Amino acid sequence: MFAYYFDLALRSFRRNRVLTALMVLAIALGIGASMTTLTIFHVLSGDPIPQKSDRLFTPQLDPATMRGYTAGEEPEDQMTRYDAEALLKQKHGLRQAMMTGGSVAVEPQKSGLDPFYVDARYTSADFFAMFETPFLYGGGWTATEDQRRDRVVVIAKELNDKVFGGANSVGKTIRMNGAEMRVVGVLDKWRPAPKFYDVNSNRFGEPELAYIPFSTSRDLKLDRNGSMNCWDSSTSDDPEGETGVNAPCTWIQYWVELESPAKADEYLQYLRNYSDQQRANGRYERPTNVRLRNVMAWLDYQKVVPSDVRMQVWLAFGFLLVCLLNTVGLLLAKFLRRSSEIGVRRALGASRRAIFAQCLVEAGTVGLAGGLLGLGLAWLGLWGVRQQPTGFSDLIHLDVPMLATTFVIAIVASVLAGLVPAWQACQVTPAMQLKSQ
Amino acid sequence: MDVKPILSALARHRIAAVLISLEIALACAVLCNAFFLVSNRLDMMRIDSGIDEASLATVSLSGCDGCEAADVNGRVLAALRTIPGVRAAGVANAVPFGQRAGDAGVTLDAEGQRFGGVPHFYAFAPGAIEALGLRPARGRAFAPGDFQHAENFLPKDSQVWITQALADHLWPGEEAIGREFWVSDYHFRVAGVLAHFARPNPGRSQNGAAGAEWSVVVPVSADSLLGTYVLRADPVDLPRVAKAAREAVIRTVPEAVFDERWSRPLPELRQDFFRQDRSMAWLLGGVIASMLLVTALGIVGLASFWVAQRTKQIGIRRALGATRGDILRYYQVENFLLATAGIALGMLLAYGGNLLLMKQFELARLPLGYLPAGAVLLWILGQCAVLGPALRAAAIPPVVATRSA
Repeated sequence: MFAYYFDLALRSFRRNRVLTALMVLAIALGIGASMTTLTIFHVLSGDPIPQKSDRLFTPQLDPATMRGYTAGEEPEDQMTRYDAEALLKQKHGLRQAMMTGGSVAVEPQKSGLDPFYVDARYTSADFFAMFETPFLYGGGWTATEDQRRDRVVVIAKELNDKVFGGANSVGKTIRMNGAEMRVVGVLDKWRPAPKFYDVNSNRFGEPELAYIPFSTSRDLKLDRNGSMNCWDSSTSDDPEGETGVNAPCTWIQYWVELESPAKADEYLQYLRNYSDQQRANGRYERPTNVRLRNVMAWLDYQKVVPSDVRMQVWLAFGFLLVCLLNTVGLLLAKFLRRSSEIGVRRALGASRRAIFAQCLVEAGTVGLAGGLLGLGLAWLGLWGVRQQPTGFSDLIHLDVPMLATTFVIAIVASVLAGLVPAWQACQVTPAMQLKSQ
Repeated sequence: MDVKPILSALARHRIAAVLISLEIALACAVLCNAFFLVSNRLDMMRIDSGIDEASLATVSLSGCDGCEAADVNGRVLAALRTIPGVRAAGVANAVPFGQRAGDAGVTLDAEGQRFGGVPHFYAFAPGAIEALGLRPARGRAFAPGDFQHAENFLPKDSQVWITQALADHLWPGEEAIGREFWVSDYHFRVAGVLAHFARPNPGRSQNGAAGAEWSVVVPVSADSLLGTYVLRADPVDLPRVAKAAREAVIRTVPEAVFDERWSRPLPELRQDFFRQDRSMAWLLGGVIASMLLVTALGIVGLASFWVAQRTKQIGIRRALGATRGDILRYYQVENFLLATAGIALGMLLAYGGNLLLMKQFELARLPLGYLPAGAVLLWILGQCAVLGPALRAAAIPPVVATRSA
């Protein structure tokens, strides 16, 4: 029966080419626009580390002074160096790492290569195991190297290709800011998107190219970057200034991995105790105000998806709705124009249900055609987006779930659009139609 | 013309009439909001940065290990000033549309209780102020003694210029000159007010469009700064001068790492800065155009169907003495009625949609002027779309009435 209705639908399209083309075009435009924006949204709001995003948490503490205090406000997004080092030492989670962004000058010994700056991350040993970074050669360093402030570095594949021509460079040295650093590991391609562990800069950019123990970076006085919030400028006597251990500045990102999501409450209590203890010691002034967010909650809190992108989704679905209403109108016109034909079928014994089914199959076929064309338009739209210098252009691709979503939306939407016209069509009374012939 | 027969005819096609009105209503809602978004973007892209961008360029170093500020600045500025065509050059911490150097929250009291907002702090040496051509609209120019040495962020106690926009925000309706503000224990006193001066990222700071011109200009000595140089030249000469300046800086300070990305003429930086807004404006424009097209096609489709369905009635009306004009007008009035119903609902939807956008995206309230503009546009669209089917209806000869079909 379905095949027969499908054949009838195709015949009806041939009879009314312009009207059919209009319907297909309207659905295709709506689907194309919504799928383009939805794909961007889907990519940007994706889970950067799906296997353990519910077990990775970033704690927030409130170490600022009472100056400018408003009750109920969110605590600082980042940590002070003192707190980060203290939490790291207490090792309360399964794994934990403190980190900050920076940049180092690489001075290659290879001739014909000028010194250049690369973005670096100063972090602690657990970073690699916690974030499950893939290694091409070697591996990360251990807490021992952190403690000894060893001059070791993990470099990304791109930097390894540039400086060592892609060879296994583990054990070799690379000059950074005048210091000889021993390469202990080379990362394979790793692209968490968004770059959840530090959302201060270029949220969808490539991860850093060099990873150095935080302790070593302070020894070598390497440049840091990213945002820093200080509430006091009484750091002039500290030789390390605002990056000193006791500086009243938050600038460290801190992540912890717990055994299971259920351990979060327990860890939160630990943070509260830590905060209370700091206040008892006179370091904290504010009432205890701590947070513990997992990866997705953190990305949501930081509003990582650009508002333009969210706005485009709204707009595109508004547009799709207009297109669908348009299709409802045109289908109605199309079905009722065939009232006499429907009358004959009814008189020959077709039930209302059969007429209804026939109309829905026709609507669904329009949806399928619109979906196919819309997919082409979405592909074109995404190609256009990739030509834009948005910082996330290279990430935007149609994946299988989105491809399936496209067809589901197209067919469901057009069948929904076909409901009212189909119902109207099966109300046709055969006697009236036959009489007026 | 009597609308009663039209209404009773529409009542027989309730579903189709409701559909077309709904489509117009939705189109009206999306159109008004999309137009508003486009105009917001365009307004932002037209922002007056307060400086003569066409004659300005910057050169930037991304890093310089162990460099002495006074030494590097001396060499760079000497090299820049010998380039033919350079009229002025100086060292700055940032320029509009360039890299941000220092956003900081200010308070209106020394205790830090009354929060004022987050302006951008520009630090300029005398040469940079001359090159940028900044002159306060009110208040006084900086005296040589105002350019103090800054140890890390800014001098502890400075006389500054602020923009009119920031003055209006901090002290609405009051004279700003002579007033004070603080950033933790840094103290600032307003010496002059600039008519306009954009922050490096106008419209993208946490205060959005409102904070686009919240800038503070702090005079500092040249040895407090390192790495960003601004120069002025004749606009015609600018591309050549900017290129010569890049080469001169790379040659003069080989030990520093040159910053390609930010060493460009200001018009290029501005172009780059607004690239995303431009593509968003185009995208919104595309949505508006496709929406108008789809709505028009829907009206054409449904009107054609009605005309085909009523061929015989039209013939009878013609036979009973209705003129072609009467038939034409019938369809035009019918469309006008449907459009009016749609627009009335659409205005409510537009307003509701705007409330939703305001909540989600910190957008301004939709100015009421957009609603009648959207209404007129849809009325015109409806009349244009219905014209074709209506003319076809008017062309139906009276003889059709006598045919039995």
